[in-house]
Amino acid sequence: MKVRPSAFAGLHASIAGRLIAPRCALWNRSDMSSDAAPDIPLPSPLSAFFAGLRAAFLSVFVMVLIGTYIGIGALAHDYGFSLSWVMASTVLVWAGPAQVIMISALGTGATAFETALAVGLSGVRFMPMVVALLPLIRGPKTRTRDLLMPAHFTAASMWVESFRLLPSVPRERRVAYSNGLGIGFMLSAHIGCVIGYYATASLPPLLTAAMLFLTPMSFLVSTARNARALADRLALALGLMICPLLVYAGVGLDLLWTGLIAGTVAYGIHRLRGARQ
Amino acid sequence: MSGYEGLWGYLVLVMVGFLPSDVWRLLGVLVGRGIDEESELLVWVRAVATAVLAGVIAKIAFFPPGSLAAIPLSVRLMAISCGFVAFLLVRRSVFAGLVVGETVLMAGGFWLTR
Repeated sequence: MKVRPSAFAGLHASIAGRLIAPRCALWNRSDMSSDAAPDIPLPSPLSAFFAGLRAAFLSVFVMVLIGTYIGIGALAHDYGFSLSWVMASTVLVWAGPAQVIMISALGTGATAFETALAVGLSGVRFMPMVVALLPLIRGPKTRTRDLLMPAHFTAASMWVESFRLLPSVPRERRVAYSNGLGIGFMLSAHIGCVIGYYATASLPPLLTAAMLFLTPMSFLVSTARNARALADRLALALGLMICPLLVYAGVGLDLLWTGLIAGTVAYGIHRLRGARQ
Repeated sequence: MSGYEGLWGYLVLVMVGFLPSDVWRLLGVLVGRGIDEESELLVWVRAVATAVLAGVIAKIAFFPPGSLAAIPLSVRLMAISCGFVAFLLVRRSVFAGLVVGETVLMAGGFWLTR
């Protein structure tokens, strides 16, 4: 039997190149905000949208989101919400932890006001996340209203993957690319939600616990992967230590204080080091 | 069933889910509009955002929702630490961190809660 090694090697190299190239670009990049050498040719916004969609399904976050939303679908079923209601909540809220809070609060009979307050407090994080992400997405000619969809898609998954993927996307295509990425992640969440909603009776508690554990585990390693600057690494480490202390101490608005204290201390150390050099 | 059916249920969803979440995203768009990509302010904002994410991680690990609460705290912390070490050892691979963390959690949960 005769195998054509050259054709096979070529195919293999092109697949390997596609998979490895974005990561190499990431590793060799010293500055997060630099947009030097965009290496993906995207002739139209539509092609950029589909490139983003494809990137979403190649991301490890597809598995994370399917797993997380299996947990959320099962939770919603247990509390008697309809499947269409949970799926609408995924489209409208688009934040795993906030949806868990909302479903369990409403399901256990909390008032609408209490629930809105709890969801609002967990959503505070979106403000600094959006502020930090948008300068990477927008170009000189981007209109503010074009940024509303990428802002709505901003959640932990999209945030960390955007910092990894967007620098290799041409600047004028980044809005469309981000929308593709967001839609791709949302679709995978819907897949998980439907599975969880209908499989809830057959899911052992240990497995649903494992699904709920995907959120902290994936947030930790993906944030650590993106944290190259000293300020980001310190903020991550300090935030992990300060938040449980604030909760045990019974301080209200613990997430907000964690962000301000840990983020500012981390930034201060970054400034001090910069001044010394 | 839950009392959140029909149009009323979706109205509640918008009031208690959509608006409290997206008001922050919209504020982010408005505040971030004038900030330059190279500015020092953005370094601070990113540090704050990273710290809040760290807070979310710690809160779920220490005060978990639903069935995750049935897994002892020691197992949860052991699992998240092992996952992180695996991530560092295997070329900063998110996938390696997830697989190891989840495996330790399920193994620990299986032994301690059976």
